[in-house]
Amino acid sequence: MKKILQIGWKDLRVIFRDRAALILMLLAPFAMTVGMGLVTGALSSSGGGLSQVPVVVVNLDQSTLGNALVEVLKSPELSKLLVVEENNDVTAARALLDADQTAAVVIIPVGFTASVIPQDGQAISADAQIEIYKNPSRTISTGVVQSIVESFLNEVETGRIGGQVAVAQLLASGLVPQQQAVQVGMQIGTRLANERGNLQTLILNTRQASVSEAPSFLMYIAPGFALLFLMYTVSLGGKTLLTERQEGTLTRLMTTPTGPSQVLVGKMAGTYMLGLAQMTILITASALLLGLRWGDPLAMVILLLTTVAAATGWGMLLAAFSRTPGQVSSIGMAMTLLFGLVGGSFFGGVMPGVIGYIGMLTPNYWGQKGFNTLANGGNMQDLLPVYAATLVMAAILLVISIFIFRRKGLLQK
Amino acid sequence: MSPILEVQNLVKKFGDLTAVDGVSFDIQEGEVFSLLGPNGAGKTTTISMLSCLLEPTSGDAVIAGHSVTRDALEVKGVIGVVPQEIALYEELSARENLTFWGQMYGLGGNALKTRVNEVLEQIGLVDRAKDKIKTYSGGMKRRVNIGVGLLHKPRLLFMDEPTVGIDPQSRRSILDSVKDLNKAGMTVLYTTHYMEEAEELSHRVGIVDQGKMIAIGTQKELTQLVGENETLRLHTGENVDVQPLMDALKELPYVIHVSASDNMVVLIVPEADDALPPVLGKADRLGYKIRSVDIQEPNLEAVFLKLTGKALRD
Repeated sequence: MKKILQIGWKDLRVIFRDRAALILMLLAPFAMTVGMGLVTGALSSSGGGLSQVPVVVVNLDQSTLGNALVEVLKSPELSKLLVVEENNDVTAARALLDADQTAAVVIIPVGFTASVIPQDGQAISADAQIEIYKNPSRTISTGVVQSIVESFLNEVETGRIGGQVAVAQLLASGLVPQQQAVQVGMQIGTRLANERGNLQTLILNTRQASVSEAPSFLMYIAPGFALLFLMYTVSLGGKTLLTERQEGTLTRLMTTPTGPSQVLVGKMAGTYMLGLAQMTILITASALLLGLRWGDPLAMVILLLTTVAAATGWGMLLAAFSRTPGQVSSIGMAMTLLFGLVGGSFFGGVMPGVIGYIGMLTPNYWGQKGFNTLANGGNMQDLLPVYAATLVMAAILLVISIFIFRRKGLLQK
Repeated sequence: MSPILEVQNLVKKFGDLTAVDGVSFDIQEGEVFSLLGPNGAGKTTTISMLSCLLEPTSGDAVIAGHSVTRDALEVKGVIGVVPQEIALYEELSARENLTFWGQMYGLGGNALKTRVNEVLEQIGLVDRAKDKIKTYSGGMKRRVNIGVGLLHKPRLLFMDEPTVGIDPQSRRSILDSVKDLNKAGMTVLYTTHYMEEAEELSHRVGIVDQGKMIAIGTQKELTQLVGENETLRLHTGENVDVQPLMDALKELPYVIHVSASDNMVVLIVPEADDALPPVLGKADRLGYKIRSVDIQEPNLEAVFLKLTGKALRD
């Protein structure tokens, strides 16, 4: 066992001194995650959920409902989620968004309140719609703002319909004379709009939806890219076996009092340790630098251990079938891309249809599934099928690899 | 005293090719024994079987009482192997390489640290111990390559053509280190196709050709096989058909043997001084321009030439 770990540790040191390998193992997946985060706007949020989303409100209405909406957006309950700035100039507010200074501009038009509630005996004015000017690079943030505004409007609509029904009933029962109907309706609507209890319900619902039900897009693509490059790493590990054979160190190892199975398992251990080191570094870095939360730590550690084992199996199988280190490199790169494609690593999810079924043969599929489950609040029990699938995959592939190695006489007596 | 190595009728076949064909010899403790033969003679295959890397087709070898076919792990604990090619990890330093290989030989803790320091001292690389192997010159790499084989203080050291492809200075350094190791009591099995190395280093030499051991003995015993005869080399230049010259020289009464090698005609004669004038006269009459002439006293090459009918470098 000691020699197995010593061989594995040696491999780890050798590869970690190869700058090109380090770039592909660590920098590339991290850079691609950050890049995708910037493109999709997912990096505008941190901590795996959303916080401090900048919003500009232009309240041209300056009346009951417009003020109520501003009050909702600036309420203490939403203060961690939103940073609201008021601005009276629509053009200036749009310019702020165009310069990517804010995630969304909420424009409450003149006469918005009047379009909902009749004012001083006047008829309801023509529709005045609230506009949300969205930042295309911050899709999740703007989605949150939109859902808050929509919820507010739903409450207002509920209030308006409730007022109409109440007034109609009061009129029918003769409790309110015809000439006071408009005034009573306006009072009911205003009271409903100012009802804090309703708004608090709205606030709580919105907050819950944004954090728990919609994890950041990064939570899907970060493991996707890590798994994609994990396949590259294990092919690199498999390559070291053939490189050692080519450079004579494998033969020399066999002249020491070290058994062939110790050497082979040591090489496998090296590949496994390499994959684990890569994934651990990427996960730690994305947690510290991007603020991603990876879910239940114990469940994640077991997921790492089993997924890397399955990937190691593929790396060893590749080495077993290949004749030269160059062959491992080229086939390994093809395998990395193919597995990434069918396993859903490029999209952070499971591919649909037949490709999805083929993807089940890859560690990428199961790893991605596991990480997505964790991102959505899953625990160890939810991951049991993933653990089982990856362990079975690892066992089958390693047994086949050892059989081929022996048959090809890679490790002579 | 029983020998540290006894090779008993060792055979290795690769399909139809017999690489080693019934080789037998033994090595006494404290001896430097050289296997001398041209490329492809079966030297490396023999070393590979003795190192337990290849399974013999038949026969066996016993090293310090352990059979290479049955007790591989025990044999590997007794032997040290210096392969022909440099087998080191280029990304690791000399110290890291020695430490790793020491671990593979079962060393650990302070004993390993001490031994690594001793070997670094022995190979003269203490100052460069922390540098990566890839920054070393070819000669320095060779020294580390040898150092790895010495880490566990083996009773028997196999050195497989350790001077191939290196500069004369490094070659001299390696030959000196072999002598030093032997003086310190180490038994060495050395393979080479350089006659001079075998002559300089060995207590005894085994001459191999085409998988067979064709002669074994001390240098004196082997040269007696060719008597007091001397070797005469006539350099003819490139692309010259030497066959007519060889045919003519064979007819001279005092020419024992004639062969051709590397733009040369090689003759074995009883006395070079007497043979040279008629030989050169014959060449001149046949229109050959002899560019230079070497005369060599009886040596292993002459033995090889006599036994195989060809020069060692063929």
